[in-house]
Amino acid sequence: MEQFDYVVLGASHAGLEALRAIRAHDADGSIAVLDREGRLPVSPTVLPYVVSGKRPEDRIALRERGWFDDLQVAYRQQAHAAALDTAYSRLRLADGREIGYGKLLLATGAAPAIPPIEGLSDVRFHVLRTLDDALALREVASAAGRSAGRAVVLGAGLVGMHAAENLARAGARVTIVEMRDQVLPGYFDATAAARIEGAFRDNGVEVLTGRRVARVAPRAAGCTVLLEGGEACDADVLLVAAGVRPEVSYLAGSGVAVERGVVVDEFMRTAAANVWAAGDVVQTRSFFGDATPAGGILPDAVEQGRTAGMSMAGDPALQPYPGGVSLNTYGFFGRRALSVGRDAPREAGPGWETRVRGGEGSDAYLKIVLCEGRLQGVFGVDVLFDPGIMWELILRRVDVGARADALLEDPQDTARALMSGLWR
Amino acid sequence: MTATPTIAFDAARCDGCGDCMNACASAKSTDGKLAQARIHIIRDAESGRWGVAQCRQCGDPRCASVCPAAALEKGDDGIVAWDAGRCVNCLICTAGCTFGGIAFSAKEGYVVKCDQCAGAPQCVAACTRGALRYVTTAKLYNRWGELEDLFVPGLGGCQGCNTELIMRHTLRRVGSNTVLATPPGCIPGMGSVGYNGMLGCKVPVFHPLLTNTASMLTGIRRQYKRKGRNVTALALAGDGGAGDVGFQSLSGAAERGEQILFVCVDNEGYMNTGAQRSGSTTYGAWTATTPVGEGARGKTQDAKNLPLLMMWHGCEYVATASTAFMEDFYAKLEAALDASERGFAYLHLYSPCTSGWRFPSASNIEVARKAVETNFAVLWEYRREHGLKLSRDIDDPAPVTDYLKLLGKFRHLDAAQIAHIEQHVAEQAQVMRELAAMRPGDGLFDRSPSNFLNAAG
Repeated sequence: MEQFDYVVLGASHAGLEALRAIRAHDADGSIAVLDREGRLPVSPTVLPYVVSGKRPEDRIALRERGWFDDLQVAYRQQAHAAALDTAYSRLRLADGREIGYGKLLLATGAAPAIPPIEGLSDVRFHVLRTLDDALALREVASAAGRSAGRAVVLGAGLVGMHAAENLARAGARVTIVEMRDQVLPGYFDATAAARIEGAFRDNGVEVLTGRRVARVAPRAAGCTVLLEGGEACDADVLLVAAGVRPEVSYLAGSGVAVERGVVVDEFMRTAAANVWAAGDVVQTRSFFGDATPAGGILPDAVEQGRTAGMSMAGDPALQPYPGGVSLNTYGFFGRRALSVGRDAPREAGPGWETRVRGGEGSDAYLKIVLCEGRLQGVFGVDVLFDPGIMWELILRRVDVGARADALLEDPQDTARALMSGLWR
Repeated sequence: MTATPTIAFDAARCDGCGDCMNACASAKSTDGKLAQARIHIIRDAESGRWGVAQCRQCGDPRCASVCPAAALEKGDDGIVAWDAGRCVNCLICTAGCTFGGIAFSAKEGYVVKCDQCAGAPQCVAACTRGALRYVTTAKLYNRWGELEDLFVPGLGGCQGCNTELIMRHTLRRVGSNTVLATPPGCIPGMGSVGYNGMLGCKVPVFHPLLTNTASMLTGIRRQYKRKGRNVTALALAGDGGAGDVGFQSLSGAAERGEQILFVCVDNEGYMNTGAQRSGSTTYGAWTATTPVGEGARGKTQDAKNLPLLMMWHGCEYVATASTAFMEDFYAKLEAALDASERGFAYLHLYSPCTSGWRFPSASNIEVARKAVETNFAVLWEYRREHGLKLSRDIDDPAPVTDYLKLLGKFRHLDAAQIAHIEQHVAEQAQVMRELAAMRPGDGLFDRSPSNFLNAAG
């Protein structure tokens, strides 16, 4: 049985950052990274650009082999974990091999969630999580584009919206179906979402919000999507983008606690000894200690990976993970929407303050949310600011009450001035 | 990973003129139109101070860690480089950076960031206020890092002491063809002469008496020469071993023009034996032998200016240096080493003592910097053929009290004592100013020490 001091399962953002953090402190320990894929690691975030043809698939690798060699990391492809035995500190792979570990990081990410829609298993549909998914979708998208075929996207999250735009750019007639009553729920409020939705409509995309799919039925080469209420959309291409679920199948019976994802403490330690977890596989605690969305955020996965790696290597500079803050940069049809943090709750107490500029018809929309003078969230469409600085202002609980007007007027310069005085 | 040059910003000197931003915008313009400046100066309306947003070329760049397209990478030159051919314009890098160092440019249609203009940053060149500085010390550290470390890995020094820095860096540069003398003091205490019968460094090292360091080195250097070998004769001594107990041999060797490189690490007292006063101890300072109580308020005499005394010997080379100004120290070490091939070279290093001066161990370099910025320690260089030159401007010093208040050994000072120190610092600065203004023929320049001494006196 092979044995390594550190084994990292998964080679996406969290796993790669953990490798770097481990090696930064432990120059000699043996490290292996095991990836399911049979090719160099690719970020799910870059896949819509492969679908659109903006980036060729051979120029998107997150790391080249040389990077692993330089770090003296054994990089294994097509290594699929099948079971974890925490009592004997070893992993069993799908091909039967066993690998022993001193310390283990679970960074296996997430897989597309398939909603329980009647008839879905009887039709051909696409998802977008791996490079294979993207290549398959690219092929049908260009075919659908050439023939001005019809595409239906289920789900108006970031993946669905990105894919819908790229399908439309390819020439397909696109319909987005979202069961909640706005696009990008959880990232933007209704006003911001309406601006984004408007851009899609202006570009010929049909957006159906507040609608549920009743049933899917095969039709010629494609399918028909029947909505509750009776309406039907024919689809040559069907993309299911209804969110993700953590990839935890191999953890059954391992002693690693799993709820909505792997349960971890503030140093990304799981319930099992010598096992850490980071990234989309984790049930991320919200920084705000509430139920605001806190998973699936790329910069957060990197922070978790770093925290886990430092903790595994015993780096004395380790700081507890502060909790997830929702953070998105979203480009659509050449425009930009940015969101950092949380909106005010429905029943906000007296300490909450929400400032908005730019309603319907204006050039730009900006919303700033404060609680007791502390920044909680910033949401902008067609307004530029530095999301990274806003994130840090939230994490540091900086009192920005006196600058609320200035932040609304000029969020970029006001936040930069605060940054320069506080942490530069 | 190598260290990187940085563009340093001094908010106190910035008046928001915007010249840096204009220079950047035109330097980065490709089609005649002004680009978006990669440096951004902003005013904080609340504090009234100017601030800066610019890429810091982080050692551990988070913009690159979060990039899903591997379009950002820290190169061997230290610059975090952006690859247009890989970027997908997702802007996640702008969420990774907490400094506003990479931002979307509506003009250009993609993210832009500083690349330090391939080693000649135009923003710095355009800044006439001295608010922006291009700090290249990192290049020196990288070069020094490639030289062999000739000291033991572990040392018995006090936490935060800068003497380890001085010892390691000096020996790295001077190299292995060296005989080292370390008279009693902190340096052998830290381990230069070794432990348990083992040497503390990879060059021959000996432990002379406090009194005879320069004499012994004289003999060693001459004997090697007679045998046809050219070795560097190096002394690393404290201020007591140089200027007090060791002064007669030091003065003699300097006057004779022996080919020795004598480095004095001045911590203003006999610190390794319990912080007794020396001739270099500042007026008013607390030491074990100049206590503070009902009848005494610290030392009652001014420190003697040992490097200036050495200059009057007409040495080949004399200079003062500080570990807060490493580029300057390196340049002087280089010059001193070269001069020691021709005659006596004396390098005086100011070395704040964390334990004996009573300040936090993390503040050593800050204390050293303040000493220089207040003119408490003036940095200068004397070459026999060129005379004396100030290493940095001394006309606009920070208040001496900025330095005094950092140190526990001055905590008891009353107004009269502070005034005394301020006057002494001002007088010393004036002496240095006048010496620096002297021209050939004024008496500071001569070919040989003896002629020099005759002319002077």
